[in-house]
Amino acid sequence: MNRLKYLLQKEFIQIRRNTFMARAIVAIPIIQMLVLVPAVTFDIRHIDLCVVDQDLSPLSRQLTNKLQGSTFFRLKQATFSLTDAENAMHRGEVDAIVHIPNHFERDLMKSDAAPLQLLIDGINGSLAQTSMAYLSGVIMDFNKKIVLEHIALKPVSPSPQIQPRTRYWFNPELDYKIYMAPGILAILVTAIGFLLSGLNLVREKEMGTSEQMNVTPVGKYEFIIAKMVPFMVIGILDLAFGLVLAMLIYHMPFEGNVVFLFGFVVIYLIAVMGLGLFISTFSNTQQQYLFICFFFMMIFNLMSGIFTPADSMPDWAQHLNLFNPAAYFIRVIRMIVLKGSGFADIGWDVVRLTLLAISTTLFASLKYQKTT
Amino acid sequence: MYRLASFIKKEFLHIFRDFRTLIILFGIPAAQIMIFGYVITTDIRDAKIAVVDQAHDEVSRRLIDKFDASEFFRVSQYLNSVGDIEPVLRTGNIKQVVVFEPDFGTKLLRDGEAVLSIITDASEPNTGRLLATYSEALVADFNQSFAQTNAMRIVPTVRMVYNPTLENEFMFVPGLMTLILILICALMTSITITREKEFGTMEVLLVSPLRPIQIIIGKVAPYLVLAFGDVLLILAMANLFFGLPVRGSLSLLLFESVLYIGLSLSLGILISTVSQTMQQAMFISLIGLMLPSILLSGFIFPLENTPLFYRIVSLFMPPRWFIVIIKNIMLKGTGLKFVWKETLVLIAMTTFFIGLSAKKFKMRLE
Repeated sequence: MNRLKYLLQKEFIQIRRNTFMARAIVAIPIIQMLVLVPAVTFDIRHIDLCVVDQDLSPLSRQLTNKLQGSTFFRLKQATFSLTDAENAMHRGEVDAIVHIPNHFERDLMKSDAAPLQLLIDGINGSLAQTSMAYLSGVIMDFNKKIVLEHIALKPVSPSPQIQPRTRYWFNPELDYKIYMAPGILAILVTAIGFLLSGLNLVREKEMGTSEQMNVTPVGKYEFIIAKMVPFMVIGILDLAFGLVLAMLIYHMPFEGNVVFLFGFVVIYLIAVMGLGLFISTFSNTQQQYLFICFFFMMIFNLMSGIFTPADSMPDWAQHLNLFNPAAYFIRVIRMIVLKGSGFADIGWDVVRLTLLAISTTLFASLKYQKTT
Repeated sequence: MYRLASFIKKEFLHIFRDFRTLIILFGIPAAQIMIFGYVITTDIRDAKIAVVDQAHDEVSRRLIDKFDASEFFRVSQYLNSVGDIEPVLRTGNIKQVVVFEPDFGTKLLRDGEAVLSIITDASEPNTGRLLATYSEALVADFNQSFAQTNAMRIVPTVRMVYNPTLENEFMFVPGLMTLILILICALMTSITITREKEFGTMEVLLVSPLRPIQIIIGKVAPYLVLAFGDVLLILAMANLFFGLPVRGSLSLLLFESVLYIGLSLSLGILISTVSQTMQQAMFISLIGLMLPSILLSGFIFPLENTPLFYRIVSLFMPPRWFIVIIKNIMLKGTGLKFVWKETLVLIAMTTFFIGLSAKKFKMRLE
């Protein structure tokens, strides 16, 4: 036990002495919170429109005004030539083109149905769908108005209307920052637990100093624990630090139980550290270890649903996510922080992650040999 | 010249000897294409919703059926009271709850108005907003069925330009290319060069008859070739699996890719001149290059929506310019006329980075 204490002391001193590492550990959460969180947003501020009004009638002007009045649209250009408008879209200056053809008003008065062409940049699919929904909404409203103004000479009783009242729970302002902050911190914790801890182990191997450790009376488990504990402490501290920052800067709520969250983090760190240890057993150089870790971290993070909802993934991907520790962590940290979910809501996630943690550490300690 | 050739050959051998390096070089691009193509999507389909129907009449039933029939929603649970809403949303399985007020249908037909509450789990803001938008559109459509007249209306025809079926791949393939190229060129070259430094073998190289410039060329040349191979791999896979076209000129696209590879390599060299250990090189590449190229390039998160400060910062990010170029050539089918500005920016950046690293490069080690 005494031996372990000294080993731990040595590891902490080593990390502290490595000025670059010591600085990075403090600076990265700050940078992440200040710089990255505001950058990742799916907020749609406005959709840039180009109106091609070839009719120039009172009606077409009314429609243009109506589009201009909506908070979602920004009338960026108006032109008479469709080619000009298309070129603007080529250059990425506008997201959608509203093409009001010649004789628009006349057609509406004569034949009751006036064609209107909407051209929407479809490269970003979800933005395109939202643009379409908003544009259709404006046009539907406009249609109602025309009917009232032009047909309702004899008073028509208005048709029945369902009034939708939308409320956004857990995040009424649809603030992207409080959604991304926990997710970005989760990546940081993963990097510390998975990448740095294993790297530290392989470094000893590469430098040849692990040979020296092997001939000492230090046992295999003592050695591993001494290597892992500092990073667990750092990971937990960094997470706490980052959460406090997010609460101070972005007024992120903390709905759930703090102890529960950190208990979960400990299980998560054990799981990823076990995995890191396992990978370290078949890497001889830091470079090799880095490359493999990189590969896994990339897949873990992308599949975890950090940027995009995990529920929209196909079933087979969701099954694969049962083996993806990051998927549990990302989901759980958001649920605890934003929704205040408790053990009753995410008990199964806790159980599954615990099983995963047990199996990775088991595999790793079986594979890890003190002798080379 | 012969010396340089054998040095390059040696570097190639180093790369091909280690399967882990090959995983990074070809495993990551392939895996990412598959993940982005098949797994990652911001679309919503069949989101599970719950219903609190306090009316139980014909209109409410028709509207519930309409929700269920929509491709976006699946009605998966009926709740008895409004009090059940919170626990159900907290488990995270249900994304939205639709509440019909008592006497919904009667009120609608008698008073001409009835209230439908749509409660959305907005802890995921994007999903929350999309679900609300789709619900409102669905209700508006439903309302239309009550309209007494169909006379006089504007009939919009919608055309989705560049991507008629709104395929996901159109968004991610350009982003993926920039990401992979930065990863391979900057991260891998900076690591291999600092590795020599960290192990002291750089000294051996410096006292060898090879000139410093030759050492650098020898180090980066293999990655130039391999990165170009990755461009071809990504284009081929995108075309084969997802039918993604190259609408513009292929040779222009390849030329721009080489330009961008050169830029990334010069960044890698710069990183290696300022860092002493592989750890440092890795940190700088990851934090300084990878994250910004994911976040500030418009790859996943549309740039137009980020705060002004980031849009200014993004102007200094090489990926941002390259993404515009690939999007234009691949998806919009435009030519140099539309991307000459971006191309010039890439050339200017490359020159700047090479100049800077030449200034920073030290012949001696401390």
